[in-house]
Amino acid sequence: MSISEQVTARPLRIWGVPPIIALCIGWLLATIFIAIFADLLAPAHYTTQDLTARFRPPAFMTGGRTDHLLGTDHLGRDILSRIIYALRTSILIATLGTLIGAVMGTLIGLAAARFRGIVDVAAMMLSDVQTALPSLFVAIAFLAFFGNNILLFIILVSFEGWERYARLARGLVLSEQAADYVRAVEAFGAGTGRVVFRHLLPNIAASLVVQATLNFPGTILLETSLSFLGLGVQPPGTSLGLMLGEGRRYLLNAWWIAVLPGIVIFLTTLAMSLFGDWLRDRLDPTVDKQG
Amino acid sequence: MASLKAIGFRALRSVVTLFLCVTLVFVILRAAGDPSEELLPPETPPDVRQEYRVRWELDQPIVVQYFNFLDRVAHGDLGVSFASDLPATQLIMEAMPKTLLLGFSALLLATLIGMSLGVAAALKHGTTVDRSLIAVAVLGYSMPLFFLGILLILVFALHLRILPSSGSSSPLHLIMPTVTLALPLAGRVARFARTATLEVMGKPFIRTARAKGVGQLPVILRHALPNAMVPLLMFFGIEIGLILSGAVVTETIFAWPGLGRLLVDSVGMRDLPVVQAVILMITLIIVLSNLFVDILHALLDPKVSLARTLGGAG
Repeated sequence: MSISEQVTARPLRIWGVPPIIALCIGWLLATIFIAIFADLLAPAHYTTQDLTARFRPPAFMTGGRTDHLLGTDHLGRDILSRIIYALRTSILIATLGTLIGAVMGTLIGLAAARFRGIVDVAAMMLSDVQTALPSLFVAIAFLAFFGNNILLFIILVSFEGWERYARLARGLVLSEQAADYVRAVEAFGAGTGRVVFRHLLPNIAASLVVQATLNFPGTILLETSLSFLGLGVQPPGTSLGLMLGEGRRYLLNAWWIAVLPGIVIFLTTLAMSLFGDWLRDRLDPTVDKQG
Repeated sequence: MASLKAIGFRALRSVVTLFLCVTLVFVILRAAGDPSEELLPPETPPDVRQEYRVRWELDQPIVVQYFNFLDRVAHGDLGVSFASDLPATQLIMEAMPKTLLLGFSALLLATLIGMSLGVAAALKHGTTVDRSLIAVAVLGYSMPLFFLGILLILVFALHLRILPSSGSSSPLHLIMPTVTLALPLAGRVARFARTATLEVMGKPFIRTARAKGVGQLPVILRHALPNAMVPLLMFFGIEIGLILSGAVVTETIFAWPGLGRLLVDSVGMRDLPVVQAVILMITLIIVLSNLFVDILHALLDPKVSLARTLGGAG
């Protein structure tokens, strides 16, 4: 370490958080707030068409008007309102997907580590399959042939990264299992359920939460990619990816239809990645730096 | 020899994985329903429908269909496209070179950009340069491919009009898809290269080289980089699935006639045999490249043993 580094001033902190992370947290809280109160915040409903006001540019451009702050699309629908509702859909699907994936993956990993033998082999084989067949391809195959419905779509999105929770939980439990406290609890006669849920799970929870945070951007990207390809959320519903997919056709005349929701996706995944990295460095030294 | 056993174990594991994937693909695609209901118009007479079912073996019990399926996959017969009446293998063989071209150009570009940024950041470790480069890398890998692709089209095809936005008829057509696929990957490579370089720079042989008076850059190029190649190879082995997923989106945006676009188009037309074939092909590519990387790793790094392959969390 050089002398110049030692004398640099203490870095700026906002409530103990670096400014950039504070910004990220702010953006994420804002998206959650918008997602919850979409009905109250949106100036119009996302399906309301106004064919006399098609392809209106955003208010900050020449020709834009304040009644459509972010302009309108090819059916005269208000872009701001559509982004607000699309954000709700995308956040809801990604959150549910992350929760389901985290719970399923963790349970599989716990079972593998606790029961070993055939359960372990089966769990690791399944996770090998998932690694060999990326979730985008699994999802495309399912959606194409089972037809599209929102429940199936959420479950498919939850496949993103479940094997990482499983391997993480398995590895952590295998190393914790040998610890004295676990052996002591077992010596007192605690059953598998009690050992796992009362003692092991709380001890590995921090690592799992960090993994969920790091996994969330991938889940959002899976949902938006599928919707972008026209295989995810279907019209008249709306999602950020679907808006981009629809707006792609009008890029030359009305770039804002595709670009504005794209910016929202980008900022959200960026904020979540930075927040996840920061959280990992803060909370959890055990997770591999490469994520 | 321990590493030989490790390789054998890995190879066996790959075969099992491949077999499970084939089974999974069969289950997904066939359990979904009767394709004769989906593909023929509702007013089709029952006898035509039956003839169609016999022709595609849809009238057989599911177990028979499964074993026939395994048999045909093992012989490289992946069925005939419902839509074009061409063998699925032929469609795949036509699309495959395009995807490989795109994938390898993107991999090359991502390695060049990512390694330079990552090594530069590691050399300036802890400085503003380091932090800015990390920030650029994070921007890169948080960028959704489809958004990046659309921005590139907007700028270079629609406004500057210097690059074509779709097709594959000239080398110029390769530029935007390659950049789209490579930039997010470059961000990940950069972060990875930074960590790998930092790790290797702390090793005694590097300190020895430095103590001998070898300059910083020669140390990096001659001593650090070759040692960082093993982890980099491993990294690409892990990333191959992500690259192929990215190729699906990229090829769709730029109408690049590779495997990804074939997949999305076939899904749109509900062309079962082609979807099946593309998914199997992609699985094969991923499993083989993982195996290849594992073998290389075992050959290059004597510390890799069977015990390490079997144990551990991953």
